[in-house]
Amino acid sequence: MNAPEKLTIKDFSTDQEVRWCPGCGDYAILKTVQKLMPELDQPKENTVFVSGIGCSSRFPYYMETYGFHTIHGRAPSIATGVKLSNPDLDVWVITGDGDALSIGGNHTMHALRRNVDLQILLFNNQIYGLTKGQYSPTSKVGTKSPSTPDGSVDMPLNPCSFALGAGARFVARSIDTEAKHLTTVLKRAHAHEGASFVEIYQNCPVYNDGIFELIKEKKTAGETRLVLEHGQPMIFGTERDKGIKLNASTLALEVVTLGEDGVTEEDLVVHDETNRMLAQLLTQLRAPEFPEPVGIIYCNPETAYEDSVYEQIKTVREKKGLADFTNALKSGHTWTVS
Amino acid sequence: MSVVEKEIEAPASSSSSSAVVVRFAGDSGDGMQLTGSNFTEATALHGNDLATFPDFPAEIRAPAGATFGVSAFQIYFGADEVTTAGDDVDVLVAMNPAALITNLKDLLPGGLIIADADAFTDKNLVRAGYKENPLEDGSLDGYRLISIDITKQVIASVEPYGLSHKFAVRCKNMWTLGLVMWLFDRDRTITIDNLKAKFKSRPEIADANVAALNAGHSYGETAELPTGVEVYRIPRAEVEPGLYRNTTGTEALAFGLIAGGLLAEVPLTFASYPITPASSLLHSLAQYKEFDVVTFQAEDEIAAVCAAIGASFGGTLGVTSSSGPGIALKGEAIALACATELPLIVVNTQRGGPSTGMPTKTEQSDLNQALFGRHADTPMPVISTATPGDCFEVAIEAVRLATKFSTPVMLLSDGYLANAAEPWKVPDLEQFEKFPVKFETNPDGFEPANRDPETLARVWAKPGTKGLEHRIGGIERDFVTGDISYDPDNHQKMTDVRKAKVEGISQHIPKQSVSQGNESGKLAVVGWGSTYGAIRQAVKRCRAEGYDVSHIHIRYLNPMPSNLESLLKGFDQILVPEMNTGQLVDVLRAKFLVDAKGLNKVSGQPFKIREITDGIKALMGEQA
Repeated sequence: MNAPEKLTIKDFSTDQEVRWCPGCGDYAILKTVQKLMPELDQPKENTVFVSGIGCSSRFPYYMETYGFHTIHGRAPSIATGVKLSNPDLDVWVITGDGDALSIGGNHTMHALRRNVDLQILLFNNQIYGLTKGQYSPTSKVGTKSPSTPDGSVDMPLNPCSFALGAGARFVARSIDTEAKHLTTVLKRAHAHEGASFVEIYQNCPVYNDGIFELIKEKKTAGETRLVLEHGQPMIFGTERDKGIKLNASTLALEVVTLGEDGVTEEDLVVHDETNRMLAQLLTQLRAPEFPEPVGIIYCNPETAYEDSVYEQIKTVREKKGLADFTNALKSGHTWTVS
Repeated sequence: MSVVEKEIEAPASSSSSSAVVVRFAGDSGDGMQLTGSNFTEATALHGNDLATFPDFPAEIRAPAGATFGVSAFQIYFGADEVTTAGDDVDVLVAMNPAALITNLKDLLPGGLIIADADAFTDKNLVRAGYKENPLEDGSLDGYRLISIDITKQVIASVEPYGLSHKFAVRCKNMWTLGLVMWLFDRDRTITIDNLKAKFKSRPEIADANVAALNAGHSYGETAELPTGVEVYRIPRAEVEPGLYRNTTGTEALAFGLIAGGLLAEVPLTFASYPITPASSLLHSLAQYKEFDVVTFQAEDEIAAVCAAIGASFGGTLGVTSSSGPGIALKGEAIALACATELPLIVVNTQRGGPSTGMPTKTEQSDLNQALFGRHADTPMPVISTATPGDCFEVAIEAVRLATKFSTPVMLLSDGYLANAAEPWKVPDLEQFEKFPVKFETNPDGFEPANRDPETLARVWAKPGTKGLEHRIGGIERDFVTGDISYDPDNHQKMTDVRKAKVEGISQHIPKQSVSQGNESGKLAVVGWGSTYGAIRQAVKRCRAEGYDVSHIHIRYLNPMPSNLESLLKGFDQILVPEMNTGQLVDVLRAKFLVDAKGLNKVSGQPFKIREITDGIKALMGEQA
């Protein structure tokens, strides 16, 4: 589809006052998405943003497209309904770690395994912001919050592992302030047919400031970030001197230094975004022991749910012929009383 | 005097009756529901009016011979109007001791028992709680008993088909059906066709079942049965001419939703999650892909209602369906639809509660939930179905209200209506007025908060429409622009307008009529939902005895018809029979300050006619 007129970022900004806290990572993501929209070259009226509840879920109010700010955790289900009602729509789900993985975990799982053609953008700030700072299902153990004054004790959920486990066929990760990288990832997510899941590391300056600092800061990012590129060996490090190697005996990834112990680029894992096993291994990598992968972790498309649904309908209609309500009513045994 | 009471007087001698109640009872694996539905079909084709009551346990296959595993199918058929499945049983088919012991209390004195003597083994007798074999100890002397070694007969009749013992014994429901068909002079052709279709891929099983059916029938013709047991002749009922079919409430509701979509010219998206007894609606609609209905089995109740809401936002009509516990889960999302003023239909097929309660049994105890069961001020229209056939019209009405007023609508049915079958005159869609949906397309002056000045319905602008890009959401919306607003006066105004919109529907629905009797008088029996049939017969009987009693059936429970208050105030007394502890009666008392009295039953079973006539007489005295 081609948009008849060239749209700009302005066409995608609403007149609503943006109400996030100063310095919130959501501003950066919003800007990136608004800027991306004209590049997608599709009619604006076909775009729908659906969200649940939480700071991130205010997002649709600021997008000059169709939008639905719904209830806590249910955005994937609402979005599934939107897509089923009109598969031509381009549907985006904006959600957070609490919304998508706590109250809405079930819906996230099923939207992914059904493979509904949605872009699910999970803004992960590892905290409940809108309810004033309680720990979330992605908070690190020991997170001190109003509800866990002595530190949280439960294990956090890893969003990308969860998505893969649910059967997602597109899993990616990016960072709120890395506009260029985020744009690339979102473009791919948009192009992917079926459910695409994008975890975005997002800073909450009020309740969980600096939680991703190690990975975001220019000074440390070289050592803590693994930028994935399909077909390329996994190299990282400020000096580009480190790499990721598969330990065949433990079936685990390990960090190696190029040139040490005879390690060369040949020994490194080459990223294959269609390899589910590799994807699972990648999502397990956590800083500071490992660099954290960003980019397309997994992409292996399969027919989208709504396509199969409408294909089935088409087949039935071809077989049964033109719908005739009166005939349907008269199906089975009937009798006439005169 | 009623037809049933006539039967009580002279059951043994009457081979020509005007109405009869037959109940088939056996293990949940005995195929009693299949037997019942085949008998129903034959009876409808015979020309009798009828009503049925399938009553089965929640356990799919309870242990053989257990009393809690008894599955029953009751049918009431006759030459007069039949609107309930009957109070007392004339003929009881008991496939084992458990079926006999759990159903005997409903059999009329002198009623007929057909029992499979082969199933009355020591083990089964003990399991049912019998110390002696009732077929032999004289305890059934007050009834007419036909004790037959059915299992043995069946095995002999299907022997040529080489079935295993297990499959051979399974044919005994058809043998028994054959005998009962002989007893009531029913044609077996339809059943034979059904068996052939059902076992298309296993012709030997089809043939064996047909042989068993015929053998049972021949047994009736040739065996020496006790005195007085002979073929009953039930004259045809006088019904309105036309084309008829049998329907359950579920089937009629499915057709009604499709019809509603056709009349509104809007596709349907039906999203549901399996729950007894509501799942059959999903099954029914899933078969009709040739119509504009997309069905979706969601991951849970909440996802189902949310998908329906999303579909309505997307420009189709979202419909979701469940039973009480599932409706509770949907509550938050229904309120979102109230807040965002999107069309939505929520079907509640009520069952015995609370909690898991009695999933396969009927009740109408979710009225309060429908009217009040959401957070905040969230009024929504609530309508209810009276009979299986009525489900069709009520479903159309739900579509009309949801689309015309941009509101969620609650449609209350129940387990009895969902499963019960009745002959249904095939409706002609041409007779229904169309109510096409008008989607907004004009960007000039468009705001998502725009509403129709007359109906107060919010504008329906679907994604994909150029120039109408807009946002809606659960945060309170400005009355004019639809933008989020925390303004105190605006919240007051929006709450008022949502209320006024729903209340205003009373101007767009029919005035309350009196189903039977005068428009004022001594007593009005006021009902809603599936109690319609029992109340109708009870009022008919009492009126025949000279009582000044009228029947008012309320379809529209919110808002109520505008004349209902004045109508009720024209009666000295008001009696409200309900299968709950008194929900409508409280609403009527609170709303209209009338001294209505409840007649309540929560046994999981529909009202008997007699229970209501007793209630009427208790209030009015024995003297008419």
